[in-house]
Parts: sequence; structure tokens; C-alpha cells
Amino acid sequence: MKHLTEEELIAYREGEPTQRQAIAEHLTGCTACRAELERIEAVLAALDNFPVPERGPEYGRTVWQQIAPRLPEKAGRGWSAWFEPRRWVAIGAMAALVMAAFIAGRWTKKPDPGTPAASVAQVRQRVLVVAVGDHLGKSEMVLMELANAAPENPGQKQINISAEQKRAEDLLDANRLYRETAKQEGDAALASVLDDLERVLLDVAHSPDELTPAKLESLQKRIEAHGILFKVRVVGKELQEKQKTTNSAPAATGSEKRERNKA
Amino acid sequence: MIRMSESAGSMQDREAAQNAARESDAIAVERTLAGERDAFRGLVERHSQQLFRLAYRMTGNEQDAEEVVQEAFLRAYRNLGQFGSRANFGTWAYRIAANYAIDRMRQKRSEDARRSTPSRLAEEHEQDPLDLALDERPTPDRLTMNIELRKKMEEALKELSSSERTAFVMRHWEGCAIEEIAAVLKSTTSAAKNTVFRSVQKLRRALEPYVGTRGALQAKAAGAAPETKGTEL
Repeated sequence: MKHLTEEELIAYREGEPTQRQAIAEHLTGCTACRAELERIEAVLAALDNFPVPERGPEYGRTVWQQIAPRLPEKAGRGWSAWFEPRRWVAIGAMAALVMAAFIAGRWTKKPDPGTPAASVAQVRQRVLVVAVGDHLGKSEMVLMELANAAPENPGQKQINISAEQKRAEDLLDANRLYRETAKQEGDAALASVLDDLERVLLDVAHSPDELTPAKLESLQKRIEAHGILFKVRVVGKELQEKQKTTNSAPAATGSEKRERNKA
Repeated sequence: MIRMSESAGSMQDREAAQNAARESDAIAVERTLAGERDAFRGLVERHSQQLFRLAYRMTGNEQDAEEVVQEAFLRAYRNLGQFGSRANFGTWAYRIAANYAIDRMRQKRSEDARRSTPSRLAEEHEQDPLDLALDERPTPDRLTMNIELRKKMEEALKELSSSERTAFVMRHWEGCAIEEIAAVLKSTTSAAKNTVFRSVQKLRRALEPYVGTRGALQAKAAGAAPETKGTEL
């Protein structure tokens, strides 16, 4: 009887599919080859006991303390990041903001010499109102579609949400930009809603393309738990109202913003 | 990486925990990229232990392993923009650590070669191999034997080339797929497979005289079965 080679035995032990059945049959009838395989197993089993020094639960914190002073201010994005489609959406949003600021500046009355700062703030506020209103509208649509998504028939095992995911991903960078602007403008309420929205958009963007009905339900519950749709609707409506009134009246004053933030 | 004996319930729990960790990793990556440096802290705290285990097994030295962990996170931070955020951060950082560890091992080996220290493996065969069989009984004699065996293992692992050690560690201790090993070794999958085979062959030659099948059976009974058993290459 021709015995198995060491290579064949190691390959078999490693789960190599080639000739698996034939090797298994040979092993059943051949004591010598079985013993040889056992010797290979013995070495590997002994190696399993090779110890690794324990690192306590604080180890991660220690590593952070060691590397934190050596980290650059910003994480490297690399040139490839500029070619991502969503980056172009953010650039588009920024361009829209600049353009809107320019147009708003042209259309606003010349400021009184005594109150120039207030007028500039009003213009910026109007720009934010228009751009964010549009952004919230788009986000609401994506979230609504996800909230209403359901299997087309009871037997469907996977639901494809890649289109919604793509849109959520595209909205992320613009959202970040508006959140930062709202923060700088001192509009904490709007910044907070945009912060919540960002978490939900991230969650959607990082979900698998295809979800089982149970996983879709879990995603819908997470969206619901944030109450984000309601918040987006309320703020969106508020911004629409503001957009209407700001065409004739001055934009939100500091005290108005403070009131909204309190609320 | 999942042991065969796990119940379906605990596997589901583990899967749910992994999904939750992946989601929070993805959020931390996005926030770090948005300029929140502190968000990276969570990633470091979550993955340090896993990277240390890999690095120690690859380098066989605590100091080197700690350096590998730190350097891996620094590199991950610097190149975070190149990381496709839909992938798993843990796997990505793991690969960075493995790449750095293999570079470091090669560098150390060439330094050691310059100092030319001959292998001591062949010089230490005086003891009766049967006396060194692995046993779980914690008598002083047995403990000494286990220490001896451990020494032999360290030496045998040191005798492997950097690629062989990496392939063995990733396959047998970390339960990695052959494709992952090939990516780290920058080779084809069939070359990676051969490297795994070669490492097993070399370890067998070096350790078989010191390991009885009795020891293996006891090790198995103690629940130390290899994690990758039964998986396909």
C-alpha cells in the first residue's frame, strides 16, 4: 500500500479540498498514516499552548497615551479622497453657499453705517436657511424611503437599499459642512439636529447593501429611536417659514437664536 | 476565528457584538476624518489587545510587539483617508500591524545576521525527548519540562523565515483566511499556501522529538484545539 506523503497529510489537515475524500478513505484503513497525522496534530496542539503575555484592560488607554502626542493634527485623507463623488457633492454645497452669499449680498439693502456687522450676519443666516432647508428636504426624502421600505413579497429574503445608501453617503459631507457653519453661527439647536442627522446618515451609509427583513426593521427602529424624521421635519418647516419672512423682514437676531436654542 | 464548540446562541451574540463594534468603528473613522482627533482614541482602545497578540506572536518579543502596535495605529491615523470606510477598521489595522511586524522582523534578522550568531537549536538535543512531553500536571518536574518545551518552541519559531512565521501565526493562531495571508505576504494564494505548509513542516521537524502524541491529546482535552481546524484553505 502506498502511504500518504507528509505534504498530503498537512494539506489534508489544513482543509485543502483536493483529493480530500480519497485521503480520508486511506486514513480510515491505514494505521501508519493515521499515526503520522496524529504526530503532526501533536506538534500543532502543543504550539497552541504557546503563551502570549497578558495585557490588562488598561492597555488600550496606555497605547493611546503613548501615541496621542505623536499624532498629526488631522488624520491623513490622501489625494484619493478628492476624487470620491461625495467630496464633489460637498464642494458643490460649498460653492452653492458662496454663490448664495454673493447673490444675497447683492440683493440686501446697503447697511447703515452704524450696523454693518448685523447685516453681514443676516446675510449669512439667510444663506444658511436656504441651503440647509434644501439639504434637510433631501435627507427627509431618503429617511422616509427607508422608513417605508418593506419586502415586496413575504418570501423576499433580501432588500436592496444601495440607492438610499448612496444618497446618504452623498449627503454626509454637506451635512458636516452645515453642522460646522451652524455651530459657528451660534445656532446650537440646528447644529444639534444636524449632528443627530449625521449619526443616522452614517448608520445608513455603513449598513450592508442588502438587508434581511429583520435587519431592515432594526435599521428602521434605530432611525425611529433618534426621532430624526420628526426633528428634520420641524426644523425644515421652521426654515421654510423663516425663508418666507426673511425676504421682507430682517433675519434671526441673536436673541431669537437664543430662544430657539433654549427650546 | 470562531471555535467549533460554540453554541448557536453565543455565535449570534458574538455576531451582534461584532456588528455593533463595526458600526461604532465606522462612526469613529468618519469623525476622525472630520477632524475630531479624540474619536481615534476609541479605535485604539478597542483594537490594541488584538494587535498586541498578533504582534507578539509574530515578533516573539514584548518590546517589539508594543512598538508594532503603536506604529500600526500611527500609520492607520496617517492613512485613514485611504481606508475604504465600508471595510472593517479592525481588519485593516490588523493588516497594517502584520505588514509592519514582518518588515521589522526582516530588519532585525539582517541586523542579527551581521552579528552572525549561529543557531543553537542543534546544540541542545541532549535531553531525552520523551521526558519533555507536554503534560498538564503542575508538578515541579512537569513545570520545568513545560518551560523547556516553551524554550524549544521559541527557538523553532525563530528558525522560521519572516514569511513562514507570519503565515503560521496568521493561519494557526489568528485563524486568517489564506487570501488575507497572501495579501500581507504580497504573494499569490498558492504561494501563501506553500508557505503555510513549509512552516508546519519545519516546526514539526524541530518540535516532534519533544512532543508526544499523549501531550497533544491532553492539550486538546484542555480545549486548546487549533481554531482553524476543518476550514478550507
